Amino acid sequence: MSGAEVSLALSVFLACAVEAVEAFTIVLAVGTTRHWSAALGGTGAAALVLAVLVAVLGPALTVLPLGVLRVVVGGLLLTFGLQWLRKAILRAAGAKAKHDEEAIFAHERAEAAAAPAAPGFDGYAFAISFKAVLLEGLEVAFIVLTFGANQHDVGLAAAAAALAVLAVVGGGLALRAPLARVPENGMKFAVGVMLTSFGIFWGAEGAGADWPGGEAALAPLVAVVLLAALAMVADIRSRWRPA
Amino acid sequence: MSPRRTLDAVWDFVVGDDWRLALAAVAAIGLTAVACALGLAGWWLAPPVALAALFWTLRDPT
Repeated sequence: MSGAEVSLALSVFLACAVEAVEAFTIVLAVGTTRHWSAALGGTGAAALVLAVLVAVLGPALTVLPLGVLRVVVGGLLLTFGLQWLRKAILRAAGAKAKHDEEAIFAHERAEAAAAPAAPGFDGYAFAISFKAVLLEGLEVAFIVLTFGANQHDVGLAAAAAALAVLAVVGGGLALRAPLARVPENGMKFAVGVMLTSFGIFWGAEGAGADWPGGEAALAPLVAVVLLAALAMVADIRSRWRPA
Repeated sequence: MSPRRTLDAVWDFVVGDDWRLALAAVAAIGLTAVACALGLAGWWLAPPVALAALFWTLRDPT
């Protein structure tokens, strides 16, 4: 496996694991408060929609000219990456509340308990689970598609995503609790750095640039983005005080 | 879903919370393309443009 493939698999795994933890918390809250059958039905339906999306769009993307694909995908990844990184920097600097799975779990359970129940099929549990998995999964599906298409290895990206989901669901079912100990904020920081770096790399390549050393330029690029992000965290910490 | 809501959803998904970062991504790749079209080595342009934009959006960390 090349360095770029390892980076691809790692980025997809981390991004997918983070989103899976968030979706798992909501499904767990709804399932334990309402009906597991409806919650799992919603989860399965959303997973099916996401799988169809990847299966249909994956091959379609790979037939696009590589230059066009890299400009479009690089631009979108760079946009996503900068957004992830901005939030992660703010969280790391203490200027934005960290993602707290236990608090979200308690909130979702309270909402699920308060929602009216009707006899028969639990539409609330189905809809909330479906929405949570679909919304959290859409970004991951996009990352799987774009990383996979650019490296001509949608299968590797999909496998990394599936492995992340299995790890999260397995861990969650073993604990029967939200995965509050997963270092979610650190993982988001890492994903932000990787998406930003890949976005810059592919976007510039698609625009006609030749990176010195080709794919080997990715490692120093990741290091530059990481160091810049850490410097921004330090800068905010030094000048920002909560009101 | 109405066309308006679909557009809003696509905008939220692609552009996200801060439109300035989406603009920065377009500028970083666009400037690289211009430099390359002029026969210059444009690879070094995108990283500082993207990171400077990120720094700029963090000036007011709220």
